[in-house]
Amino acid sequence: MLWYTGRRLLQMIPVFFGATFLIYFMVFSLPGDPIAALFGDRQPSPAVIEQLRAQYNLDKPFIVQYLIYIGNFFQGDLGTTYSGRAVSDVMAAAFPITFRLAMLALAFEAFFGIIVGLVAGLRKGKLFDASALVVSLLLISVPTFVVGFVLRLVFGVQLGWFRTTVSGAAPWGELVLPAIVLASVSFAYIVRLTRASVADNLNADFVRTATAKGLSRRRVVTVHVLRNSLVPVVTFLGVDLGSLMVGAIVTEGIFNINGVGGTVFKAIKLGESSTVVSFIAVMVVIFVVANLLVDLLYAALDPRIRYAK
Amino acid sequence: MGLSALALISVSALALAGCATSNDDAAAPDADSSAIISTNGSEPQNPLIPTNTTETGGGKITTSLFAGLVSYDADGAIENEVAKSIESDDATNWTVTLNDGWTFTNGEAVTSSSFVDAWNYGALYSNAQGASYFFDDIAGFSYDADSELTGLKVVDDTTFTVELSSPEADWPLRLGYTAFMPLPSVAFEDMAAYGENPIGNGPYMLAEEGAWVHDEGINLITNPDYDGVRKPVNGGLDIIFYATQDAAYADVQGGNLDVLDAVPDSAFETYADEFGDRSVNQPAAIFQAFNMPYYLEHWSGEEGELRRAAISMSIDRAEITDVIFQGTRTPATDFTSPVIDGYSDALEGSDVLEFNPDEAVKLWAEADAIAPYGDTTFDIAYNSDGGHQAWVDAVTNSIKNTLGIDAVGKPYPTFAAALDDRSNEKLTGATRAGWQADYPSLYNFLAPLYKTGAGSNYEGYSSTEFDTLLEEGAAAETVEDATAKYQEAQEVLLKDLPTIPLWYSNVVGVWSESVNDVVFGWDSVPLYFQITKG
Repeated sequence: MLWYTGRRLLQMIPVFFGATFLIYFMVFSLPGDPIAALFGDRQPSPAVIEQLRAQYNLDKPFIVQYLIYIGNFFQGDLGTTYSGRAVSDVMAAAFPITFRLAMLALAFEAFFGIIVGLVAGLRKGKLFDASALVVSLLLISVPTFVVGFVLRLVFGVQLGWFRTTVSGAAPWGELVLPAIVLASVSFAYIVRLTRASVADNLNADFVRTATAKGLSRRRVVTVHVLRNSLVPVVTFLGVDLGSLMVGAIVTEGIFNINGVGGTVFKAIKLGESSTVVSFIAVMVVIFVVANLLVDLLYAALDPRIRYAK
Repeated sequence: MGLSALALISVSALALAGCATSNDDAAAPDADSSAIISTNGSEPQNPLIPTNTTETGGGKITTSLFAGLVSYDADGAIENEVAKSIESDDATNWTVTLNDGWTFTNGEAVTSSSFVDAWNYGALYSNAQGASYFFDDIAGFSYDADSELTGLKVVDDTTFTVELSSPEADWPLRLGYTAFMPLPSVAFEDMAAYGENPIGNGPYMLAEEGAWVHDEGINLITNPDYDGVRKPVNGGLDIIFYATQDAAYADVQGGNLDVLDAVPDSAFETYADEFGDRSVNQPAAIFQAFNMPYYLEHWSGEEGELRRAAISMSIDRAEITDVIFQGTRTPATDFTSPVIDGYSDALEGSDVLEFNPDEAVKLWAEADAIAPYGDTTFDIAYNSDGGHQAWVDAVTNSIKNTLGIDAVGKPYPTFAAALDDRSNEKLTGATRAGWQADYPSLYNFLAPLYKTGAGSNYEGYSSTEFDTLLEEGAAAETVEDATAKYQEAQEVLLKDLPTIPLWYSNVVGVWSESVNDVVFGWDSVPLYFQITKG
């Protein structure tokens, strides 16, 4: 298993270079001069623009720009934004907030998703099951921004239970409502995944054997049915952690959260390569590590799975 | 001879200022003078160095942190702040006298050098300041080499002289713009660090070191030593940065924000019912239009003139501002803005801006007689990330229905992409254009956009008649004479139509029940200093 983990971690190296190179190239290929666009309709003198282009290496060919970036990257310098801030400072501000939001959302969708899915699976065809299916279908089909606007209007503006937007420091408490919005779609998927998996496993041989051995229903369900049913759910959660961290643009916008999604979106619009690529590099690492953890969890959940040398 | 006339400029400005201040409501008796007002803003693009702040996010903050020679009242008239007088007898050589007793919040006195050094810093080529071009009419300015502003001379601590490269009667008008603010000497030791924690002499100051939290907001408190015309009646300002106007609007609704100066499109229909007399909808110093490049076939010469007029008359501005913008735009009658002194809705030839389908069809046919337009598609380029699609579609539909030609919008993904084609003269049709004034003057709406070879004149308009009138206006001895020349210059534009004026953006703002005396300035920013809370 150590060997397996090591091999997986080594795979990160080509993934890192491939991803940064591709992203850098894509940002480079965005049409228009990012420096001129900073000034909008009110262009400064061409001399000012030229100097700024030189300052950000934008006057150099693509490959030189990329190599300069990578060179600085390994010396711990992630570059600066067009407003002169160190990208590392921007990251230090955005990542903790997004991390808290993603964790809350993940906890929410995992906890409630699995419980609702389990109960629905055990009572297949009953009223609870049918309602769970309808609700999850609704959540999947309604876009996140609708859910976000409605929840903000009802719980924020009308009832006043939550703050309408999240304040600068983004404490855990204020992130609860945004986390619910962010988790809503994944919650629905987890309900459906768990339900289908539980319903399947109820008819599996090992469950029949366990029941025949005289185990209590409670033990059969928690140890045999649920544990085996969690393999696809955990796979989903692993992939979802990544999308919760980057894909929260809509939710962040609605609740004015200064997180990763919004920062990357803004940087893409500005054509700020160093910001975009640095953020993406960290995202790549998060994705790879999350997937590795998921793969390692498989063995814990299902004793039939072993890692090849 | 010009002496008396020019002395009048500062007098009349002061007189106007006097009127404006006497109109101010006395603070409500129960108002809390230590209350902090919260308002919306956006992350400044650059460190808060006045000469490098050319966008509204940073401008809102620097205006509160600094006091220049003059400041603007709600109507855009100048009132003296640090300046005791700004005088000239030939509109070229100006003598600026400062009031005694002004200090920066670190205790340093505001002297002539505070201004001269700051302006020199802003103008210097290698400092690459975004607002450097504001100093280009001061003697010694250079666009392509480091060169001192030799036109600035310190006489003593409270007097300095300015020599312009050509006469400008309304030069003092621009001095309230952030580029002309003074800087304390500590700024020049480490400008980047200074920009993070600026020290000013304005009505407000940073609440503490590090009060600017990037992407979140900035906390300002009242500067106790400030004794100018913008003396705050509240305790400070929390400017909260929003990524979307929509989130800010929800915060005013939810009671988390006191004053919002930009209502999102989605609330245009409802904000008036919801906020009633706690809302404002008035023209701002923002002009919107679309331009037809002169390098395209059909759009120059006599044929071009006819076609430009036909296009202009085929647009139903009143209906579009009403339907698409719910009355939050005001149809254009000139090339400036109603909030600017010298604006006119009765310029000769302004009937070309009225919807007149019959005349439009007639002019188009006359142009076709010169050279047939054929079935070329007429397109208007716009950046699709700026919320322009709705009105572009409405305008092209209006043109299509009136003239019977094929007209469509041409979206570019970003502003940068659209700008690229504009500056490289690669447009295939018209392009959206807009201008927000830096300082309240007709000149600022005209020269940068339509003067031959000017910085933002991308579409290649060139008219000797217009250029001459502009120069005569700049050199005029009184502001009234200047205004007359600028209006005449606009009449040339109405004939040539290098741009098709559409409308002026309104400032649409709302505020919560907890605040009073909210008045919006000429630049669409509320006059924060006079807002009361409690």
